Amino acid sequence: MVGASGWRARAFGLYLPLAGFVVFALFPFYWMLITSLKPNQELYNPQIMPLVVHHPTLKHYADLLTQTQFLRWTYNTMAVAVVSTAASLVLGVMAAYPLARMRFPGAAVLAVGIATTYLVPQTLLFIPMAEIVDRLGLGDTLGSVMLTYPTFLVPFCAWLLMGYFKSVPRELEEAARIDGASRWQAMVRVVLPISTPGLLSAGIFAFTLSQNEFLYALIFLTKTSVRTVPVGAIAELIRGDVFYWGQLMAAALLGCVPVAFIYSFFVEHYVGGLTSGSVKT
Amino acid sequence: MNVTRAQSVTVPAAAVRRPAWRGVLEREAVWSWLMLAPPVLYLAAFVAYPFFYGVYLSLESRPVGRPGVFVGLRNFALDLSDPVFWQVARNTFTYTIVATLLKAAGGLALALVMNQQFRLKNAVRASLLLPFIVPTVLSTVAWMWIFDPTFSVINWVLVHAARLHAVPSWLGNPSLAMASIIFVNTWRGLPFYAITLLAGLQTIPPDLYEAAAIDGAGPRQRFSYVTFPLLRPVLIIVTMFSVIFTFSDFQLVYVLTGGGPANATHLFATYAFNIAMGGGQLGLGASVALAMFPALLLLIMGLTLYLRKE
Repeated sequence: MVGASGWRARAFGLYLPLAGFVVFALFPFYWMLITSLKPNQELYNPQIMPLVVHHPTLKHYADLLTQTQFLRWTYNTMAVAVVSTAASLVLGVMAAYPLARMRFPGAAVLAVGIATTYLVPQTLLFIPMAEIVDRLGLGDTLGSVMLTYPTFLVPFCAWLLMGYFKSVPRELEEAARIDGASRWQAMVRVVLPISTPGLLSAGIFAFTLSQNEFLYALIFLTKTSVRTVPVGAIAELIRGDVFYWGQLMAAALLGCVPVAFIYSFFVEHYVGGLTSGSVKT
Repeated sequence: MNVTRAQSVTVPAAAVRRPAWRGVLEREAVWSWLMLAPPVLYLAAFVAYPFFYGVYLSLESRPVGRPGVFVGLRNFALDLSDPVFWQVARNTFTYTIVATLLKAAGGLALALVMNQQFRLKNAVRASLLLPFIVPTVLSTVAWMWIFDPTFSVINWVLVHAARLHAVPSWLGNPSLAMASIIFVNTWRGLPFYAITLLAGLQTIPPDLYEAAAIDGAGPRQRFSYVTFPLLRPVLIIVTMFSVIFTFSDFQLVYVLTGGGPANATHLFATYAFNIAMGGGQLGLGASVALAMFPALLLLIMGLTLYLRKE
C-alpha cells in the first residue's frame, strides 16, 4: 500500500530528523557513561578511538564512592529536595486554592504578585540572600537551602495548581458545604483528592527544580559534609586545573539517575505540568 | 428546588452548632486571607525583602566583612564606565537572542516531526526531554569534557574523519566559547519548546487542515495559515519564559567557561557573582545583578499583560 515514495517521505519527514534529534539529545549521556567506564590510560590517550570503551572498569565509581563524600551529597540533595518540595506544595496549595476558587478583595493583585515572584530569578537575589542566610545563622547548614528553595518553588506550584483548582466544578464544593463541611474540610476531602494529578505534577516539577538548583547551594554550602551533588562534583572533583574526569562523569551520571528514575514513573504528569501552564492558560 | 431546601435547613442548624468565631472564619474573604497569609508572608520575607535589600546594597560600598558606606549611585556609575560591564551586557543579549532563536526554531521543527503517528512515540518523547530534566550542572560537566582542549571528541572526529590538521579550541577562543555556551543552552532548552509546542499542535482541530486542503492549500500554506497562527499564543508564552531564564542564566556558564576567555562569555549573573563572591565587593556586585532588572521587568510585565489578556 505504501509505495517507494511513501517510504521516502516517511524516512525524510520522520525517521531521519527524529533520529538526529534523539542522538543530539542523548549523546552527552552516552558520553558520561562511557567516560565513566574507561580506565585512565584509555581516557587520556588521544590515539585510542574514543567512541567506545575498550577496557571497561568500575574503578571511577569505586573511587567516587570511597574517596569522596558522594553518598553524603546524594543524601543531602534528596533531603533538601524532599523537604523543600513538601513545604512548597503546602504553601502552594494555601496560595492557589483561595486565588483560584474564592472571591475576595485583593485577589487579582495577589495573583499577579505571585506570578511575578516566580519570574524573579535567583541570580537577582543571591547577594542579599547570602547576607540574610548568614544573619539567620544558617550558613553551611542544609536549612539554608531548605528555607530558600521554596522562594522559586512556591510561586511555581501555586501557579500550576491554580489551573487545576479552577477546573474542579464549584458544585462539588458547594454540595460538601451544604452537607455541613467547613471550607477547610471541603478543600481537604473534596477538591484536593480530585486535584491529585495537579499535585503530582507540581511535586515532580518542584523536585526536579530543587535537584537542579546550583547558585544558592554553591554560595551557602561550603563544607564538604553539607554539599549537594552538583556543588560537590564541581567543587571537589575539579581541583585547580586538575579534573578527575572519570569520577566527574560517574558523579554526573549517578546524580542524574534519581531525577530520571522519578521522572520515568511520572512522565505523563511531568509533561502535563509542563504544558498546562503554557497551553491551557 | 432540592438544593434551596437543603440550604434553608442546614444553615440555621450550623449556626446553632458552631460558635460565632467559626462563622467569621468561614466567611469567604476571612478564610481566603487566613489561607494566603503564610505563603504571602513567606514570599514577602524571602523574595520581596531580599529584592529591596539588594537595591539598598547596590547603593553602598560594602567590602565583605566590613560595614557598608552609603555611596548613592556611585556603583552604577562605576558599572557604566567599566568596559567589561558593557561587554557583559553585549554577551548577555547575544546569548539570550541567539539561543532563544535556535531553541524556538529547533523546538518547532522537532514538534512538527513529533506530531505524526509512529511506534514508541511516548518513549521517544520521554527520552527527548531528558536534557531538560537532569540537573544542568551535571550535564554541563559532560559538555565540558566534549569540548575539552586536548581530548575533545568533536576534535577527534574532525581529525580522523574530516582529516583536519588544526583543530579549534572550543572554550579557549572567544567567539567559539560564546558559540559553545549557546549550543549547550540550546541543547538543554530545546525539548521544553518542543514538548510544549507539540501539546499546542495537538490542540489544533484536524478539520481545519481538511478545510484548508479542500481550499487547495499546500503544506507550506497550511503551516502559515493554520498551524502558525494557532500556535502563536503558545509560542509567545514559551518564548517569554525561556527568555527570562536564559537572560538570567548562571550555572551553565559558570561551569563551562567561568565567563572566560577574557570575559568573552560573562553574563550579568556570572559577572555579578565574580565581583561579589570572588572580589568581595557586595555593593558593586548587587548593582551588576540589578542591571538585569530593567530588561527583566519589561519581560515580566509583557508576559503578565499577555497572560491576563488571554
